[in-house]
Amino acid sequence: MAAKTIISRPIYGTLSPQPGKHHLFLADAEGALAIVDMAKTAPLGFFDGAEIVFIPGPDGKHVAVLEALKPAQFHVAPSFASLLPRLKQTLANAHMGLRLYLAGTEGLIGQAMQVALEAGIDHTSMQTEHRGSLARRMQCVHCKGITENVTTQPATCSHCGLLLLVRDHYSRRLAAFQGVCINAEDRSEIPPMEEAFP
Amino acid sequence: MSTGTTKLDVVVSDVVPVNDLVTRFHFRRRDGELLPTFSGGAHVVVEMRDGDRTRLNPYSLMGSPLDTREYTISVRRVDAGRGGSLFMHSRVHAGLEMVISYPVNLFSLDLRAKKHLMLAGGIGITPFMAQTAQLAGSGGNFELHYTCRTASLGTYADVLQERYGRRIRLYHDDREERIELDRLLTSQPLGTHLYVCGPAGMINWVRARAAELGWPPETVHYEHFAAPQPGLPFDVTLAVSGKTIRVGEQQSLLEAIEAAGVDPPYLCRGGVCGQCETNVISYDGKFIHNDHWLGEEDHRSGCKIMPCVSRFEGKSLVLER
Repeated sequence: MAAKTIISRPIYGTLSPQPGKHHLFLADAEGALAIVDMAKTAPLGFFDGAEIVFIPGPDGKHVAVLEALKPAQFHVAPSFASLLPRLKQTLANAHMGLRLYLAGTEGLIGQAMQVALEAGIDHTSMQTEHRGSLARRMQCVHCKGITENVTTQPATCSHCGLLLLVRDHYSRRLAAFQGVCINAEDRSEIPPMEEAFP
Repeated sequence: MSTGTTKLDVVVSDVVPVNDLVTRFHFRRRDGELLPTFSGGAHVVVEMRDGDRTRLNPYSLMGSPLDTREYTISVRRVDAGRGGSLFMHSRVHAGLEMVISYPVNLFSLDLRAKKHLMLAGGIGITPFMAQTAQLAGSGGNFELHYTCRTASLGTYADVLQERYGRRIRLYHDDREERIELDRLLTSQPLGTHLYVCGPAGMINWVRARAAELGWPPETVHYEHFAAPQPGLPFDVTLAVSGKTIRVGEQQSLLEAIEAAGVDPPYLCRGGVCGQCETNVISYDGKFIHNDHWLGEEDHRSGCKIMPCVSRFEGKSLVLER
């Protein structure tokens, strides 16, 4: 569970069934279990109006438990980038009354939220639940490059190679935490790298 | 005193009867300068000096926010009310010098919305006059559904249709025309915000249907100024200022507090904004809560009251004022 440090650091909740006619779920890896847990409190017939889009983790688990919920539509995607056109299409055709549920890693929640914000859903209107890895999506404030799945502190920018302090400062617009050069005064000073976001 | 606001010295530049119930008033600054900028949905509090009595009523600004040479309000005559609207209709004439508050907006557009869906009932049309003008000026996407009793009482329906054509949809009670609310609410594109202004019953209906149909609360905006209701006179002790006052039959508690020379903060005087929220120190009797600000729990607790619209019946009431 993420702790509140500074105001931009996102805080996630627990998925709960919302009133509405259509329910769009997006989850990766262990995020599937957040949906399964929520389903226990959902009213009868809730998944008749639901679509679940799922990105399995490397172990490929949890597909069967989601299928068992019998959503109106179930789609398994290999990566977030690969499902983006489908997600945009769904949101572009959607009406008010569609509710969005995001569960899994921060990277998935953040990127899906970014697309949904552009489609006109307020971030406070989305249900989110963090499950699984704490790995971060990070933007290097110097070269603006994005590095996915950052688990260490500090972390190396995958674009310009600078050693970055991964801050809790988060941008909803970019769906990324901000990384700032940790040894700008003296590059030869290399602080120890620790596993901070397992 | 009105929170953070300065008063505006204005002169009534025009008085225009609109129909049997509604009259429009135009105000300009006495010094000839432009009035302060406002945004669609804002209201001003108009001071009505009637002998030794001063009434302060909120009215939505209905002119275009793009033109601040004058402010305009439309006042519906309420014969059974406390006399504010009757004063406006019978005593206010062009050339009269009046005092109004700076504009305050408790019903503003959320400009992040992809589309603005507006529902008006009766005189609730006034804030939408300004909002539609604001949106039209910036190419905003809106649609207005307006319910009125009869065509002749459809205040500004003709003006709106002339300006915006098919974006305006009218419903007349006498022709049994009704908004197909569920169909309307389920067919709006994602990113639509909903605005409703009209009688309390209409607002409650729309909010309840929107919630049921999955509209998140932050996409539903509403405004309903409760007019202070007359009632039995009652006595109040103001503990901080050490005064005991009597609230008259036609007076609101806030007006009585002000008449005693105590100036609590206020903005809307209609039970909406929360500025005049007052702590109750002790009481023996029952509260008549009429506001939309305090929650049910606060109403039950007997610890708080909104003096702009709420009253009291009983033996004693001591307030922290």
